[in-house]
Amino acid sequence: MAMQLATTPLDLDRIRADFPILTGPSPEGRKPLVFLDSASSSQKPQAVIDAIDSFYRESNSNIHRGVYHLSEVATGLYESARETLANFIGAADSREVIFVRNTTEAINLIAHAWGRANLKKGDLILVTEMEHHSNLVPWHLIAELTGARIEAVRLTDGLEFDMQHYYSLLAQQPKVVAVAHVQNSIGTINDIKKIAEHAHTVGAIVVVDAAQSAPHLPINVQDLDVDFLALSGHKMVGPLGSGVLYGKLPLLQAMPPYMGGGGMIRKVKVDQSTYADVPARFEAGTPAVADAVGLAAAAQYLSEIGLDAIHAHELELVHYAMDRFAEIKGVKVFAPANRENQSGVFSFEIDGVHPHDVAALLDEENVAVRAGHHCNQPLMDRLGVVATTRASFYLYNTRDDVDRLVDAVIRAKSVFGVE
Amino acid sequence: MDSMYREIILEHHKSPHNFGTLDPADYTAEDTNPLCGDQIRVDLRVENNIVTDVAFTGRGCAVSIASASMLTDMVKGMTLDEVRAITKDDLLEEIGIPVSPARIKCATLGLNVMNLGIALKEAHTHEHDGSGS
Repeated sequence: MAMQLATTPLDLDRIRADFPILTGPSPEGRKPLVFLDSASSSQKPQAVIDAIDSFYRESNSNIHRGVYHLSEVATGLYESARETLANFIGAADSREVIFVRNTTEAINLIAHAWGRANLKKGDLILVTEMEHHSNLVPWHLIAELTGARIEAVRLTDGLEFDMQHYYSLLAQQPKVVAVAHVQNSIGTINDIKKIAEHAHTVGAIVVVDAAQSAPHLPINVQDLDVDFLALSGHKMVGPLGSGVLYGKLPLLQAMPPYMGGGGMIRKVKVDQSTYADVPARFEAGTPAVADAVGLAAAAQYLSEIGLDAIHAHELELVHYAMDRFAEIKGVKVFAPANRENQSGVFSFEIDGVHPHDVAALLDEENVAVRAGHHCNQPLMDRLGVVATTRASFYLYNTRDDVDRLVDAVIRAKSVFGVE
Repeated sequence: MDSMYREIILEHHKSPHNFGTLDPADYTAEDTNPLCGDQIRVDLRVENNIVTDVAFTGRGCAVSIASASMLTDMVKGMTLDEVRAITKDDLLEEIGIPVSPARIKCATLGLNVMNLGIALKEAHTHEHDGSGS
C-alpha cells in the first residue's frame, strides 16, 4: 500500500501558480510564506475558487423541488458533484456519497445513526490510540447512550498500528472498528485493507477516518472493502465546510436518520414522519451546494494531477525533511520507524522549548506550522508529551520549503540557547 | 517584524521569579489552558488584605511562564482589591512585549489562575459565614 509507484515528478511551478495565496505578496516585513499546515486545512487552487464563484454568479438557487430552470441547473450541479466524489473514492453507486460539513460530522452521523440502531449494552467499539478526537468523542457519546464499551488498539514501538494487539482484541467480537487511514500528527499509514478484512471475519463494521488520506493517497472504497469512510473537503484543496461520508448502500438504507428536517422526509404529519431514501435521508436542510460543487472541482483538480504522483512527491519531501532533521542536535522527531509507512506529516520537539514557542518563532520566519495536541491527546500521552510542533506537506510544497523550515528550527534553538 | 522573544521573556522563562509553592498559603488555585495543556498553580499569602508572599509553579510556554513570573513580582505588596483590578492590558503593559492575539491566553493564564484562587476562597468563605446568596 505504501509502495512507491513510478510517477512523473510534479510540475511545481505550474502547481504553485494555481494557488493564489502562495503566489500573492507577503504582508510587509514578512518573508514569502512557507505553508506547512495543510494537514489542518489546505490552500485552494483557482479552479476551486472559480467553481464556487461561478456557481453563485450563474447557478445559485436552492436544489430539489424548484420547478424552474435555475433550480434544475443547481440540482444538476449538486448531483453531478456527488458523482464526481463517488468516482474519486471508487464508490460503485453515487447514492453512497452523503455530503456533510467535514469528517467530524460524518463520524458523528455514523456513530449516532448506525450506533443507535445497532449497539447495545456491553457491545465493544474498537478504536486506536492514534485516533483524532473526532474518531473518539462521537463513539464516547454513543457508548454513553447505549452502554457499549470502548477499547483501543495500541501502537507498536515503531509508532504503527499493532496488528497482534488488534487480533487479540478481535477475539472479543467488536461491533465496530473505527480507525484512521493516515495518522494526523505523526503520519503513520494504516493498512486499512488488512484491518477491514480481519474485522469482517468477526462481523464488525469498519469506519475509516480518511481526513488525512483522501487528500494525499488514491482511495478505492471497494478495494479497501470498508463499510464507512469519512473525509473533509477543505483538507483536499476544497472549500471549508465541505465533506463526504461514504457508506455501503445496504448499511445506509438500513440506518435511521441522524438529523431531521426538510429534504429528508417522505411524509410528515404533526406527530410522526417517514423518511426519504438514501442519500437524501441523511442530508436534512438546505445543503452547502456551492461547497459541494467546489469540492467536486477539488477532486477533479487532484485527479488530473494524480494522487499517486502527489503521494510520491510528499514522501520525497518528508524523507528529505527526516534527513535534514537528523542533522539537528536537540530536536526529536515523531514519525513511524518504517519510512515506507509514512505520509507527508510529522511532529517534532526542541529540547526544553514549548511547541507554541517553536511555532511562534517559526512564524517570525513566515513558516506556518501547527503546535498543540492536534486533537490527539491519547497519542500525546503515548508519546509522553503534552504537545508537539507539526509540519505537513502537500502537492505545492518544495524542498526549498523544507530548507526554510530547517533554518527556522535552527534559529528557534539559538533564540532559546539550546545546544 | 517585532519578536515576542526578547531578552526579558527568555530570562524570566529560564529563571522564573517566585517559582515554587507556599505551604501554608491563604489562596491557592491551579488551572490549565485547554488549547495547549499549559498548567499553572498560584499560591498567595495575605496579611491585613495585603499580599505578603506569592509563588507559582507549572509548565508552559515561555510567554505563560515569563508572564506569570512578572505578575508575581507585580502583586507583592498590593491589596487584594488592587490584584483583582489588574486588567489584561495592565499585565500586557507590564510584560512590555507585543503579544500576538493567539498568545493572549498564554500571557494571561497566571493572572486568571490568581483571580480564580481569590474568587474560590471568597466564595467558600461566604458560604460559611452565610453572607453568600
